[in-house]
Amino acid sequence: MYIANRNCPSNESVELENRRARFHNRPMEMVGPSPAAVRPDARAVFLAFLTVGLSGFGGVLPFARRELVESRCWLSGEEFNETLSLCQSLPGPNIVNLSVVVGSRFAGAGGALGALAGLIGAPVIIVILLGALYGRFAAVGRLPGAMAGLGAAASGLVAATAIKMAAPLIARRPASAGLFMALAFAGVGLLVLPLPWVLFALAPLSVAVAWKLGA
Amino acid sequence: MKPLGDTLGTLAVQFAILSLLAFGGANAVIPEIHRQSVEVHRWMSDQDFAALFALAQAAPGPNFMISALVGLKAAGLAGALIATAAFCAPSCLLAFWLAKLWDRHRDSPWRIALAAGLAPVTVGLIAASAWLLARAADLTWRLAAVTAATAAVAVFTRLNPLWCLAAAAGLGLAGAFG
Repeated sequence: MYIANRNCPSNESVELENRRARFHNRPMEMVGPSPAAVRPDARAVFLAFLTVGLSGFGGVLPFARRELVESRCWLSGEEFNETLSLCQSLPGPNIVNLSVVVGSRFAGAGGALGALAGLIGAPVIIVILLGALYGRFAAVGRLPGAMAGLGAAASGLVAATAIKMAAPLIARRPASAGLFMALAFAGVGLLVLPLPWVLFALAPLSVAVAWKLGA
Repeated sequence: MKPLGDTLGTLAVQFAILSLLAFGGANAVIPEIHRQSVEVHRWMSDQDFAALFALAQAAPGPNFMISALVGLKAAGLAGALIATAAFCAPSCLLAFWLAKLWDRHRDSPWRIALAAGLAPVTVGLIAASAWLLARAADLTWRLAAVTAATAAVAVFTRLNPLWCLAAAAGLGLAGAFG
């Protein structure tokens, strides 16, 4: 059970109820305070995701949660988890999907565009500047050594992500989850097959097995 | 060298396809981005790819910024913008469209089976990403030790991963990796 943030309006408030209604596409009780406080508009959504995009390093999901749930009180913890689980079952970067879904539910297509622009605008500019600097100074002084260390650590972080995601799946159904993990790893990592082949061969089988086992 | 327009078109098509195949997020398609940029199109070397991935991880923001850096290396600023847009647009349109249907199907058994079936495949792909990146990055046993230590810290502690990146870069600046 999510414990409400002290700074957020209580569960019973009309203001929060209206915001929820907006988020879940239900009719609102039109008795709340100023409508602007009730519905975040495209600009508010843009600013919220601008903060999110600039906060995180190597993944910004925890910062999205802090901004949307704790500082701005737009979503409850449960709503955030449900929205995130939708976004994780769709293709594409999860946080980008999250921005589009949250933005569109609050403020339609404009909200979706605003959220997306806020999330990726500044990081894209920064990373392009870093890339250009790297291209120019890659071979200068001890920079190659620093980049080598950075690359080694970054690959370790990806390995850690895989290990942490694998643990609960292996615990729940060791044989089938382990088999499909190993096949996907071997196909793409060892045999270097094109991803579409591997995905179209394995995903339907894996989903069928999950269906059969009652997920 | 192919004309710039060809490269931009290739970037747009490849990243748009990857956008719709990226179940489990950007890390699951790193092997395919690697295969396309190093082996198929030869935009960069294995070590360049590892360095660009590290740069994307060390920069603020979402972790799919590797698309911008691959585009930049392949075709300059236009390449960076096109690769990023192509990687976002298809999956965003899908998310925008499905957001409305979601409430109705949240608890349906097919959706739960879909998520449960895709999960192990995704994890295998992310493990393959780690394998390919480590193979490119770990040229010496010291670098391999950095990879192993970082993975251990990230699995067993709650330390912010940025500290691992900073420490590894610091060791490199101090000359630990030649």
